[in-house]
Amino acid sequence: MSSHDTPIVAKSQAQYEYDRHHNALHMRKQVVNFAIMIFLTFIAFGMAAAGFSKYLIFPFILLLAGVQVVLQLYSFMHLEDKKTHFGEVIGFFMWVGIFIAFTFFLAFLTIIWW
Amino acid sequence: MSSYTQKKSFGAIVWDYITTVDHKKLAIMYLLAGTLFFAIAGFEALLMRIQLMKPNNDFVSAGFFNELLTMHGTTMLFLAATPLLFAFMNMLVPLQIGARDVAFPFLNSLGFWLFFLGAVFLHLSFFMGGAPDAGWTSYASLSLYSPGHGIDFYVLGLQISGAGTLISGINFIVTIITMRAPGMTFMRMPLFTWTAMISSALILFAFPPLTIGLLMMLFDRMFGGNFFDHTMGGNTVIWEHLFWIFGHPEVYILVLPAFGLFSEIIPTFSRKRLFGYSSMVFATILIGFLGFMVWAHHMFTTGLGPTANAIFAVATMAIGVPTGMKVFNWILTIWGGSIKVTTPMLYALGFIPSFVAGGVTGVMQAAAPLDYQLHDSYFIVAHFHYVIVGGIVTALFGSAHFYWPIFFNRMLNETLGKITFWVFFIGFHLTFFIQHFLGLMGMPRRVFTYMEGQGWDNFNLISTIGALMMGVGVILLVINCLLSIKGEPAGRDPWGDGRTLEWSIPQPIPFYNFRQTPLVRGLDTWWIEKQEGNTEVTFAEPVGDVHMPNNSAIPVVISLGMFIAAFGALYNPDADKPWSIYILIIGLAITFGAMLTRSLKDDHGFHLHKEDILEIEEHLYGKGGNK
Amino acid sequence: MDYNTKFTPHTWPDHPEQATMEGKNKIVGFWIFLACEVVLFASLFATYLALKNKGPAGMEFSTEKLFELPLAFAMTMLLLTSSLTSVYAIYHMRNFNFKGMQTWLGITVLLGFGFLALEIYEFYHYTHLGFTFTQSAFATSFYSLVGTHGFHVTLGLGWILALMIRNANRGLNLYNAPKFFVAALYWHFIDVVWVFIFTVVYLMGVIG
Repeated sequence: MSSHDTPIVAKSQAQYEYDRHHNALHMRKQVVNFAIMIFLTFIAFGMAAAGFSKYLIFPFILLLAGVQVVLQLYSFMHLEDKKTHFGEVIGFFMWVGIFIAFTFFLAFLTIIWW
Repeated sequence: MSSYTQKKSFGAIVWDYITTVDHKKLAIMYLLAGTLFFAIAGFEALLMRIQLMKPNNDFVSAGFFNELLTMHGTTMLFLAATPLLFAFMNMLVPLQIGARDVAFPFLNSLGFWLFFLGAVFLHLSFFMGGAPDAGWTSYASLSLYSPGHGIDFYVLGLQISGAGTLISGINFIVTIITMRAPGMTFMRMPLFTWTAMISSALILFAFPPLTIGLLMMLFDRMFGGNFFDHTMGGNTVIWEHLFWIFGHPEVYILVLPAFGLFSEIIPTFSRKRLFGYSSMVFATILIGFLGFMVWAHHMFTTGLGPTANAIFAVATMAIGVPTGMKVFNWILTIWGGSIKVTTPMLYALGFIPSFVAGGVTGVMQAAAPLDYQLHDSYFIVAHFHYVIVGGIVTALFGSAHFYWPIFFNRMLNETLGKITFWVFFIGFHLTFFIQHFLGLMGMPRRVFTYMEGQGWDNFNLISTIGALMMGVGVILLVINCLLSIKGEPAGRDPWGDGRTLEWSIPQPIPFYNFRQTPLVRGLDTWWIEKQEGNTEVTFAEPVGDVHMPNNSAIPVVISLGMFIAAFGALYNPDADKPWSIYILIIGLAITFGAMLTRSLKDDHGFHLHKEDILEIEEHLYGKGGNK
Repeated sequence: MDYNTKFTPHTWPDHPEQATMEGKNKIVGFWIFLACEVVLFASLFATYLALKNKGPAGMEFSTEKLFELPLAFAMTMLLLTSSLTSVYAIYHMRNFNFKGMQTWLGITVLLGFGFLALEIYEFYHYTHLGFTFTQSAFATSFYSLVGTHGFHVTLGLGWILALMIRNANRGLNLYNAPKFFVAALYWHFIDVVWVFIFTVVYLMGVIG
C-alpha cells in the first residue's frame, strides 16, 4: 500500500446511506443534463429543417454544439467533480487542445483557397 | 541468496532487456538506438559533403543524393535527436521527481519498441528498392509521384515510430503530473523536468496532425484517395499545412529539453542557483505555446497572401522574446558564480553564442520579404544547423559527459572530452558558418552538384573539411564512451556539486530507485541538504515494501505485429503481390491479439519486501548497506 | 494495495476508479490522450472543410444533394442515448452494483451497434450512388472523417465488450474499476466528436 492509495475502511451505515443518496442525486442531475442535450439537438435539427438563413443557423448551431460539448466534458465525463485527480490540469490540457484545434479551422478555412 | 542478487547468464540479460519496463534500462536502450541512428545519419551527411566538396563531382548519383538528404533529415530529427533526448528524459525525470518508475512502465516499453521497429522499417528501404527521396518534408506535389516504394517506407515507418513517440510523450506528462514525491510542487521541479513536460505536451498536440497527414498520404498513394490530387479536387497545400503544424513544434520538442539540460549543467558548474527560475518556467511554456502559432512561416513563398504572411511573421518574431529571456538567465547564472570549466560546462559555454547565432538568423527569416530571398538557399541550411547542432547536439554531447555517471556509474575522460569538444566545435562552425555566405551568394539547397566558376568552390571545400572534423569529434566521443567501460566506479554525486535528487541516490542505482521516497524541501533539494551538512536526503516514509511492475514481452509482440502489417500495406498497391493483403491481416491480428492478451490477463506487479531491499543494498554497496 | 481484496458495498470506496495510484494515473493519462484526440479529429475536420464539395470538373455530388437529415438524426439519438446509458453504468459501478453496471453497459453496446449499422448502411447507400472513396477529394475527406469516427466506435464497442467478458467472473475490484471508468470516458468522447460531425458535416452540409 503506497501513499497514493486510498485506505479501505468500512463505512458507517449513515455514511453509506449518505453516499448512496448523494450518488442518486448526482445521477438525477445527469439525466437532466441529458434532457438538455436532447433538447438542444432537436433545436439544431429543427432549425436546419426549417430552412432559415444560413447566416443565422451556422453560428447558432455551432454554439449549441459547443454547449453540448461542455455538458459532456464537465458533467458526463466528471470534469466538474472536485475529486477528479488533477482535474484542473486535465481541463487545462483539454482547453489547450481545443484552442489549437480552433487555429486549424481558422487557417484551413481562410488560407487554403485555391 | 535471493533471485535479485544472483548473477545472470548472457541470454537472461538479453531477455531481461527485451522485456524490461524499467525506465533506466529503457533509457540505455534509447541511448544505444539513438546513437546508432545518429551515426547512420551522420555518415549520410558526410557522403553528401564529400559529393559537394568540388564542382561537378560524381561521387554519388543525383537520385542517391536525394535519398541521402531525405534520410539524413528524417533520421536525425525523428530517429536520432528524439530518442537521444528520450534517453535523458527516461533516465532523469523519475529520478528528479523522486519516483520509482514512470506512470506507465508498460507503455514506456511499448513506446520504445514501436519507435525502434518503425526506424528499422524505414531503414530497410535502402535494401528494398530505394529509400524515400522527397526531402524530410516530403511535399505531396513531389512525393505522390515518386516511383517505387521509398515514400511508402517513409509514411509507414514514421507512422509506427510516431505512435511510439506519442505514447512516450503521454507517459512523461502523466509521470510528471502525478508521480512527484511529497514536497515536489510544480515550482520546485528541476528545469529539465519542466522542459520534459512542456516538450511532451508539444508531442501530444503536434504528432496527431502528422499522423493524419501521413494517413492521407497513405490513402493517396496506396488506396486511391484524392486528398492532394488537384485534378480530383484535392489540394496539395493541405499536406504542407499539416506537416508544418507538426514540423514547427517538432523543433521545439527537441530544443526545449536541450535548454533544460543546459539549465541543469550551468547552475551545477557555476555553483549558483539558476537565475530567474520562475521566468525560465514561464518562458518554456510561452515558447511551447507560440510554437503552435507560427507554422506558416515555413510557407511564406507558397502564396498564402500578405495578411497571413504578416501575422505569421509577427508571431514568429515574438518567439525571440522568451528565448532571449532564457539566454540572459543562463548568462546571469554564470555571472558571479564560482565557475568550474568541466567538459559539460565547456559545451554549455559553446552553446550560448552558437544558439544565439542560429536564433538571430531565424528572426531574419521571419521577415517575410527577406525570406523570399533566402528561401531554399544554403542560408536556411546554415540557420537550422546552427539551431540543431549548436543547440541540441551540444546539449546531447555535454549531457552525455555530465550524466554518464548516472547512466553507467562511470566518468568519461575529461581531457579527451575537452579535445572532443574543440574538434567538434571548430568543425561545426567551419561547416556551417560559411554556408550562410554560400546561401547569400545564391547556392540553392538540396542540389546534388553545382557548376564551377560561381565562387562557391572554396567555400564548399571548407564546409566539407569542417564536416569531416565533426565526424572525428563524434568518433572521439564514442571512443571515450568505450574507454569508460574500464573506468573506476564513479559513486554518488561524482561532480561534487549536484543539486537535484538524481545526484542524491547511491550508485549503482537499485532498480527501485529510492529505498524510501524522498521528502523534497525546496528547489535543488539535494543542494539544500548538503548545505546543511546532511549526507542523505530527508525521507518521507520508513523502509517498507515496494510495489514494482512486472516485465512483459507483449510490447515487443505488439510492435512486431505493426512491423509485419506495414509490409502488407506497403506492397498492397502492387498487382503482382496479391499475398500482401494477408501479410497486412496477419500483422494486425498479431498486434490486436497481443493487446487483447494484455487486456484479459491481470497484471498486478509484485511486492519487493523489506528484507529483499536490505539484501540488494548489501549486495550493491557492501556490508552495512549505504549510510 | 492488494488488488484481490473482496469488497462489500460498505467497504467499496467513494471513487473506486481513483482509489489506487494506478487508477489515478490511468485516468489522468487517458484524459491527456483525449486532448491529443481532439487535435487529431481537428486535423480531419479542417481538411474536410477545406475539401468540401471539391471534386473533378462537373462533379454531381454535393452535401446538399447527398445528405439526409432523418438518418443523421436517428444516428445522433442512438449515440446520445448510449452516452447516458454509460453514465448509468458508472453510477452502478460506484454503488458496487456489478449486475446493474453490466446491464447498462450491455444496453450501451446495443445502441452503439445500432449506430454502427446505420453508418454502414449510409456508406453502402452513398457508394451505390457512385459516391465512392476514390470518386473525388470531397468523397475521400468525407469517408476519412466519418470513417475515423466509425473506427473509434468499433474500437470502443470491442473494448467495452472485452471488459464485460473479462470481468464477468471476476466482479468489481479496484483493479478493473478504472478500466470501466476509462472505457466510459472514451465512449463519451466519441459522442463529443459526433456532436461536431452532425453539426458541421450534416446540418451545415444540408443547408449548403
